Amino acid sequence: MSDKLTYITLKIWRQGGPDTPGQFEHHVIEEISEEASFLEMLDILNEQLIEAGKEAIVFDHDCREGICGTCSLMIDGKAHGPEKGTATCQLHMRKFSSGDTITVEPWRASAFPIIKDLMVDRAPLDRIVESGGFISAETGGAPDANLIPIPKPVADAAMDAAECIGCGACVAACPNGAANLFTGAKVTHLNLLPQGQAERYQRVEAMVETMDEYFGSCTNHGECEAACPKSISIDVIAVMNADYLKSKFKNRKKLSRT
Amino acid sequence: MSQTLRRGPVSGTAVGRGAKRKPFLLDFYSTAVGKKYVMAITGIIGIGFVVSHMIGNLKVYIGTVTEGGQEVYDIDVYGEFLRDLLVPILPRTVFLWLLRGVLIGAVLLHIHAAYGLTVMNRKARPVKYQSARDYEVANFASRTMRWTGIIVALFIIWHLADLTWGWANPDFVRGEVYRNLDASLSRIPVAILYVVANIALGIHLFHGTWSLFQSMGWNNPKFNQWRKGAAAGVATLVVVGNCSFPIMVQAGVIEFDPTVTSVHELHEEAAE
Amino acid sequence: MSITLDSKIPAGPLADKWDEFKAHEKLVNPANKRKFKIIVVGTGLAGASAAATLAELGYQVDAFTFHDSPRRAHSIAAQGGINAAKNYKGDGDSVYRLFYDTVKGGDFRAREANVHRLAQVSVNIIDQMVAQGVPFAREYGGLLDNRSFGGAQVSRTFYARGQTGQQLLLGAYQQLARQIGMGGVKLYNRMELVDIVVVDGRAAGIVVRDLMTGEISSHSAHAVVLATGGYGNAFFLSTNAMACNVTAAWRAHRKGAAFANPCYTQIHPTCIPQADDFQSKLTLMSESLRNDGRVWVPKNPDDTRAAADIPEDERDYYLERIYPSFGNLAPRDIASRAAKRAVDNGQGVGPLKNGVYLDFADAINRLGQQTVKERYGNLFDMYERITGENPYEVPMRIYPASHYTMGGLWVDYELMTTVPGLYCAGEANFSDHGANRLGASALMQGLSDGYFVLPYTISNYLADWLNKPIPGTDHEAFKAAEQQASDRFRQFLSIGGTRSPDYFHRELGKIIWDYCGMERTAQGLEKALSEIPALYDEFQKDLRVTGTGDSLNQTLEKAGRVDDFFELGMLMCRDALVREESCGGHFRAEHQTEEGEALRDDENFAHVTAWEWSGDPMAPVEHREQLEYEEIQFQTRSYK
Repeated sequence: MSDKLTYITLKIWRQGGPDTPGQFEHHVIEEISEEASFLEMLDILNEQLIEAGKEAIVFDHDCREGICGTCSLMIDGKAHGPEKGTATCQLHMRKFSSGDTITVEPWRASAFPIIKDLMVDRAPLDRIVESGGFISAETGGAPDANLIPIPKPVADAAMDAAECIGCGACVAACPNGAANLFTGAKVTHLNLLPQGQAERYQRVEAMVETMDEYFGSCTNHGECEAACPKSISIDVIAVMNADYLKSKFKNRKKLSRT
Repeated sequence: MSQTLRRGPVSGTAVGRGAKRKPFLLDFYSTAVGKKYVMAITGIIGIGFVVSHMIGNLKVYIGTVTEGGQEVYDIDVYGEFLRDLLVPILPRTVFLWLLRGVLIGAVLLHIHAAYGLTVMNRKARPVKYQSARDYEVANFASRTMRWTGIIVALFIIWHLADLTWGWANPDFVRGEVYRNLDASLSRIPVAILYVVANIALGIHLFHGTWSLFQSMGWNNPKFNQWRKGAAAGVATLVVVGNCSFPIMVQAGVIEFDPTVTSVHELHEEAAE
Repeated sequence: MSITLDSKIPAGPLADKWDEFKAHEKLVNPANKRKFKIIVVGTGLAGASAAATLAELGYQVDAFTFHDSPRRAHSIAAQGGINAAKNYKGDGDSVYRLFYDTVKGGDFRAREANVHRLAQVSVNIIDQMVAQGVPFAREYGGLLDNRSFGGAQVSRTFYARGQTGQQLLLGAYQQLARQIGMGGVKLYNRMELVDIVVVDGRAAGIVVRDLMTGEISSHSAHAVVLATGGYGNAFFLSTNAMACNVTAAWRAHRKGAAFANPCYTQIHPTCIPQADDFQSKLTLMSESLRNDGRVWVPKNPDDTRAAADIPEDERDYYLERIYPSFGNLAPRDIASRAAKRAVDNGQGVGPLKNGVYLDFADAINRLGQQTVKERYGNLFDMYERITGENPYEVPMRIYPASHYTMGGLWVDYELMTTVPGLYCAGEANFSDHGANRLGASALMQGLSDGYFVLPYTISNYLADWLNKPIPGTDHEAFKAAEQQASDRFRQFLSIGGTRSPDYFHRELGKIIWDYCGMERTAQGLEKALSEIPALYDEFQKDLRVTGTGDSLNQTLEKAGRVDDFFELGMLMCRDALVREESCGGHFRAEHQTEEGEALRDDENFAHVTAWEWSGDPMAPVEHREQLEYEEIQFQTRSYK
C-alpha cells in the first residue's frame, strides 16, 4: 500500500466575493496518501467541510490531466506549486512531507479579479486571442492540407509555442503581472507557419495592444518560463517583440510581397 | 487597465480596435513593447558610453607622456582630444556637446520609459500576494533594476558635480583630469561611494545587457546561450575597470604630481 | 406525446447520399440568415466549430459554456490523433475503407449513411485545420505525417505530438474567438444549461444558470444545438474531466428527445490504474502507446517478482497470443476485456494487483531511448508525475477505464433530435460509432458535425421559419421552466442531510461500474436497477449542500449534475438489460463465444434502442430504429 503523510497544515485563502476582504484560514488534514494529487487532497478537505456543514473551498479545476488550463493556485509562493513543468492538477502529495504547512493563495493580478476563494477570472486572455490570435480561414475554402509543405523544424517550433494551455501562470508568476509569455506563444505559433503570414503583422499589433490594456510589462525576469506548466520558452517573447517592431516600421504593402 | 469583474455576454471585443492612431513613433512608444525597445536602444547607448568611458579612463595608468617637449598626463591629453573632436570642421567642443546631447537624451528617455512601465506594472497587480513569493529565476539584479537605476542616476549627478563641474571637489581645477581624480578619490568616503555606485551599475548592466537582447527581439539559438555570459562579461569589465580607480588612488598607485604641465591650459591658449 | 424515429436518410446509393442531400435541401439566402438566432450549448470541438461556422455563414449565434473560457472543453484532452481518409501514405486507404473500418469497429450497430458521410468529410477536416494553423506532425520533407491506430490496417491518423485534441480544439476555439471579436457570436461563459424549453412541439430556447451569481435566465432562438459531450462521468471514475456531465442531454431527454443506446460506453484499455479509494479521476495514456508497447502479465498469478525479474517464458503477452494479426493494436473493447480477464484471473500487477504491464523494454532496445522519448516523451513524463515510477526503467501499469460514450441523444441524418429544432452534435449524440468507437475517431466526428454537417442541415429546418414569429423569453413556458429550475436548486440547498454530492456520485458510480461496466449480466443489471433507486432515494433525503444559491457554489452545481446521473444510470442499466446480446462496448456475459468473445445477435438486435422519457426514470418507453445495411454484410468481428 502507498505511504501516507501523517498530517499537513493548509493555510488557504478564503474570500467571499470579488469585493469582500479575504483572509487565510488554517486546516489540518490527517492521513493523506502520497498517491493523492494536490487537488484530490482539496477534494477530501471539501468533503469534510461539507459534511461538517461548512462551505466548500472554491477552486478552478477540470481535466486534471494538465491540459485544459483551468486549474491555478499559488502554492507556497509558486504558481502551480513546486514541481517544474507541472500544472497544479498533476502535482502529487509525494512532493510534500509530513508536518509541512502549505500556503495556498489565488493568483493575483488586476486582470484576474478574484471570483471567490481561490478562483479568479482570466477572461482578458480570451480578449487577446479575440483581437488577433487566429488565422482567418473560414470553413469550406481550405486547399489540400499537403499543398503547402512546412519544414519539420518550423512545424516543431510552432508546436512548441502552441502547447500553451492558457492557464495564466505566466501572469501570476510575473513580478509585473505581464502576459507576454501567453501572447508571445500564440504570436509565435501562428507567425511561424506559412498559413499565418497573411495576417502576421496585424495579428501581432492587435494582440500586443490588447495585452497592454490589461497587463503589466515584461522586464525579462524569466519567472513566466519557470512557472509555465508546458515550459514554454521566453524565446517566444523575443519573437513577438521582433515582429512588433517590424510591424510598426515597415510598409505593410511591401511586406506582403516578401 | 485594472479590471473589475463583470458579467454579461461577450461579443464584438475586437471591433473598432486600432481605429485611432497617434503619429507612428508615439504610437509605437505608447505600448509596453515599444517602451522596452526604447529602453533597450537607450540602454545600448548607455552601455556604449559606460564602456568607452571606462576604457578611456584606463589612460590614468599610462601616467605621463611627453607632448611638445613637455611632460603631461596622458589622460589629460585624452580629455583635450575629446574636446577637439572634429576640429576644424566644427568649433572646439561642439561635437562633444552633440555627443553629450545624445547621451542626455538617451538617459532621459530611459528614465521616462522606465517610469511609465513601473506605473503600468504597479497597476497590473494592485493587491500583492499575501504570502511570501518563492522566485525561481528572477534574480537580485532583475528585481532591483528600479533601485540600482535610481542609485546610478543619483551617482551620475554626484559624479558630474565632482569631476565635471567641480562643485563637490574643493581642489577642482578645470581640465586637469588626473589632478581632480586624485583629489577626489583620496577622500575615503568618496572612494567608498564610487565603489558602491559602480557595483550598483554593474548589477544594473548585468540584467540590462541580457534583457536588451530579449527586448530587441534578438533571439537566435546560435547565440542565445552566450547572452547571459556576454551580459556578465560587460558588467564585470565595467565594475572592475571603474572600481580600480578609487582603489588605486587609495593604494597610492595614482598620485598627482604638481610638477607636470597642464595640457588644458596649453590647448585653451592655442584655441584663442 | 409519442415519438417517431424517422432517420431521414436520403435515397440513392450510399456514396451519393450526402451529395444528394446537399443538392436538394432547403437553403436560407445570405441576407436572411441574420434573421435567425441559433443557440449553441458547449464549446468543445463540435460546439466551437459549429458556432464559428454558423456565424461565418451569417446566423446570429449565442454560444454557451459553463467553463470560464471556450478553450477549456474536454476535447482538449484527446491525445492520440484524428483519422482521415487522405491516403497520403498510399497504403490502400480510401473513404470506403474508413467507412468500413468504422462500421466494423462499431460492431455493426452504427447507421451506415452517417458513417459514410463522416468518412467523406474527414478529408475536409484536415484541410480546414491545417489552414487554421494546427501544427500537425510533419515529415522532414514538410508533408504531413501519419501514425497507425487500433482497429485499422492503414496509417491514417494525423497527430500533433500527444496533444492532438488540444491543438484541434485551439484551432476551433481561435476561429470562434475571431467571431466573438467580430461580433458574430455572443459568448456566455460560466453559464450552465438547466433546462430546454419546448413550445408547440418545437425547441424554443434554453434556461441557464449563471454559475457566478446563481441567477436563472432564459434565452430563445430559432434552433438549439447541444454539443455538450458524453456522460462517461456516470461511472464517477473515468478519464473525463471533473465537470463533464449529462445534464444538457438529460434535460433535453426529459423534454422529449429520445436517448439512444445509453449502454454503449467505451472503456479505454490504457489508463493508469486506480491508486486508492479517494481517487477523483483516472488518467488516460494515449492508445498510441500500444504501437510500441507490449502488453503482458505474469503467467503465474502468485508471482510477486519485479517485472524485470520475470523471465520471458513466464510472461503472458496475451494480446499477441490471442489476436496474432492485430496483436497489441486490437480495438479498445477487445483489449479492455482481455485486461479485465487477466486481472480477474489474479494475474494483475502493481500494489493493488489491478493493472497489466505495458512494456517498452523491447522498443527501447530496438529504437533507442531517444526515439522512444521523441514519440512518447510527454506521456512518459505524465506517467511518472502521477505514479512516481519511471517508465523508461519499469513497465507502465495500465488498466481500462471509462472514456467515451457512444450512446447519446438520438438524432436523424440531419443531426436533429426527436424535438424539432433541437440538434445534437459530437459525443453528445449517438450517431456514428455504433457500439464501439475506434481510436482517433472522436475528434473526427466532433469536427465533422460542427464544421461540415450541421451548417448544411440546419438551413433545411430554418428555411421554413423565415419571417415567422417565435416565442420570446416572456412566454409562459419559459417562465414555468425558470421557476422549476430555481425550485430545484433551492430544494438541493434545503435538504440539509449529511452527505456531500461527491459521496453520492462515488456510490452511484460504483454500482454502475460493477454492474454496467466492462461486463454485464442480467442478474447484475437487475441488482443495479434496485440499488440505484434506493440510493437515489437516500440522495433526495440525505444530501447536504452547504453555502447559498446566489454566489458561486461548486457543491450546488455538482448536486444538479449528480441528480441527472442518477436518472441516466437507471436508463443505462435498463438499456443494457434489454439488449440481450454482446456487441462492442456492451458485453453481456451470457452472450459470449467459447473463447470469451462478444456474441452478437444480428437477427434480433440490429437496431438502435431509443428511449422516451415517461416521467418515471424507472419506466422509460422503448423505441427501435432498425439498422439497414446496404453496403456491408454482417460478419463476426474478428481481429485474430
